[in-house]
Amino acid sequence: MKPADIQKIAEHEVDFQRAYKHRINVCTSSGCVPFGALKVLKAFEEAVKEFGVEKECKVARTGCVGTCSVGPAVIIEPGDYLYQSVTPEKVREIVRDHIVLGLPMKENLYSNEAFFTKQQRIVLKNAGKIDPHRVEDYIAMGGYSALVKCITRMTPQGVIEEVKDSGLRGRGGAGFPTGQKWSLVARAHGSPKYIVANLDEGDPGVFANRTLAEADPHSIIEGMVIAAYAVGAEKGYIYIRAEYPLAIQTLKLALEQARVLTLLGDNILETGLKFNIELRFGAGAFVAGEETAILASVEGRRANPRPRPPYPANSGLWGKPTLIQNVETLANIPNIVHYGGEWFAKYGTPRCTGTKCFSLTGKINNPGLIEVPMGITLREVVFDIGGGIPDGRKFKAVLVGGPSGGCLPETLLDLPIDYEALTRVGAIMGSGGIVVIDDQSCMVDTAKFFTDFCVEESCGRCNPCRAGLARVKEIFDGITKGEGKMEDITTLEKSSGYIKEASLCGLGQTAPNPVVTTLRYFREEYVEHVVEKKCRAGRCFKNLNSEANKQ
Amino acid sequence: MLKDDNRKGMLEKVLKENDYQESALLEILHKAQEIYGYLDKNLLTYVANVLKLPPSHVFGVATFYSYFKLKAPGQHVVTGCLGTACYVKEVEDIMSAIENEFNVKRGGSTSDGKLSLFMTRCIGACAMAPNIIVDDEVIGKATKEVVLERIKLALEGGASA
Repeated sequence: MKPADIQKIAEHEVDFQRAYKHRINVCTSSGCVPFGALKVLKAFEEAVKEFGVEKECKVARTGCVGTCSVGPAVIIEPGDYLYQSVTPEKVREIVRDHIVLGLPMKENLYSNEAFFTKQQRIVLKNAGKIDPHRVEDYIAMGGYSALVKCITRMTPQGVIEEVKDSGLRGRGGAGFPTGQKWSLVARAHGSPKYIVANLDEGDPGVFANRTLAEADPHSIIEGMVIAAYAVGAEKGYIYIRAEYPLAIQTLKLALEQARVLTLLGDNILETGLKFNIELRFGAGAFVAGEETAILASVEGRRANPRPRPPYPANSGLWGKPTLIQNVETLANIPNIVHYGGEWFAKYGTPRCTGTKCFSLTGKINNPGLIEVPMGITLREVVFDIGGGIPDGRKFKAVLVGGPSGGCLPETLLDLPIDYEALTRVGAIMGSGGIVVIDDQSCMVDTAKFFTDFCVEESCGRCNPCRAGLARVKEIFDGITKGEGKMEDITTLEKSSGYIKEASLCGLGQTAPNPVVTTLRYFREEYVEHVVEKKCRAGRCFKNLNSEANKQ
Repeated sequence: MLKDDNRKGMLEKVLKENDYQESALLEILHKAQEIYGYLDKNLLTYVANVLKLPPSHVFGVATFYSYFKLKAPGQHVVTGCLGTACYVKEVEDIMSAIENEFNVKRGGSTSDGKLSLFMTRCIGACAMAPNIIVDDEVIGKATKEVVLERIKLALEGGASA
């Protein structure tokens, strides 16, 4: 395999696909499989044969389309007709009407245009369009051409400059400028250098990284190889949660395909570039997403964070220079190299360029996976894309950034989504979770839920996080049992401040965010719990006096 | 000592495939759990000896990560997803209903060892919340009625585990 051969594969594949008049894409990601997506796929394969249209109609599996609440989702091209909640029984009719008679079945189509019109797909551009199990599909969409461009026409420094120009910042949540990180690793002394791709998505309520791996695994691999070329790394690890079996299987297959095509290995595309990738599995530890903890875990140890400096860029895996990036950051790279940093910087805001993937869940009409330009407002996400709150209930809060994010009230809905704006109001970008809650949820109980999570996930190494969070939990237990006192509220505020300031790693430093933001924006609910022993959502005091709470 | 059987042979193969590397400890424990169902003291000691690691190190890792089970699970396993989306959609009510109906506490098993109830951190099927996993089947948009019915069916042997 030589660099020019990638172009040949692409041309061949495009010709092959052109031979088909229609393409039926069945979403077989983790969201749709439990609802019968594999049976639907099989039914389509049988139906096209039954109607004798298998020569003009290609049936393919694809990754997530994004409309996860109305799965299994099926897209028929050309025309991007999106069928929702497809059952095997319905398949015959769809093939007969849509393919044979040319009459799309309007009543089965996904009708919510707004879900897509406000999105901007860069990272997820192939999701729902290509078969993630076929590298040829990825190559036909221009895949690996960015890698070819790098190794044939760009210097490593040139690649880093392009990434700097793009303004891309780390998508794992902290928002560190990616180009700058690459420079640090490229300049660091020590050999070999490593890359760790973080797919530990430990935030409950977030599935954007998993979906990316299931829908377009090669975009992550290509991003890693380009990064390896730029910083001079020889070995990479993808650290993935064991709870994601389908993503693991998809990545394994993709890595194998990349090795066969010498896109990975000791002599990549006969250019002498050497880079290999191994998978490493997480085992259910939220703290392992922290950058020093992930290193410990990749080395096969307990995922305990350690103080920085030294930073991983200088002393990471086995003490060697290591580049750690979230997989979403890496999947942006091929696009930046292909279209240029300037092109990328056109999206989003001047300080936060590009897009961000979010899992949109909770009490919302259109939950699913979305990719939006940075700077979009929470209101647009919740009410335009998400379609608002179901069952005529009232919006109460939106949780941004997972268990260490913030609970933001209606008055902040016009906030543009970017790293700084979110931090200012007490939330974080995190790995991209937006959970909407309505008036049936209690904000005190919600803060307690996140605190319980962080208490359990605290690695126990530093005292502020271990003991401080345990104390916060005790106070919450008291308040929700009806034993709260007014000074508890002040204690919560103070302890939260101490924990944030004194903790060793990101987990402790952000764990009190839900407590701080609920106290800031929903203080009256705390006071009600303490003074009136009343929970307006009826979630607390359950075992005490359930009659009194129902009113 | 670990009993000489097929399972030990499979484990030895896994160890060899991973070049007895210390850094592959998590992968090895994952496979060991797949093979044996859970990680008991004997098994962990064996892994420690083969990898030439202190047993405390291997025990430390096995107890740190919540994915590793140190006790034998029941014949049927029910797992509730405790992700944020499931929390907001009141998965707690379903978990309590299971506990009451089958007299089992989360993290434990029924006295006859037929049913274990676990919790897991987010499985990432948030748009379908709340999610309950009965054996290997994910039940999305779960309701109390559907879940209890499905568990009863599993316990009666009506569905394969």
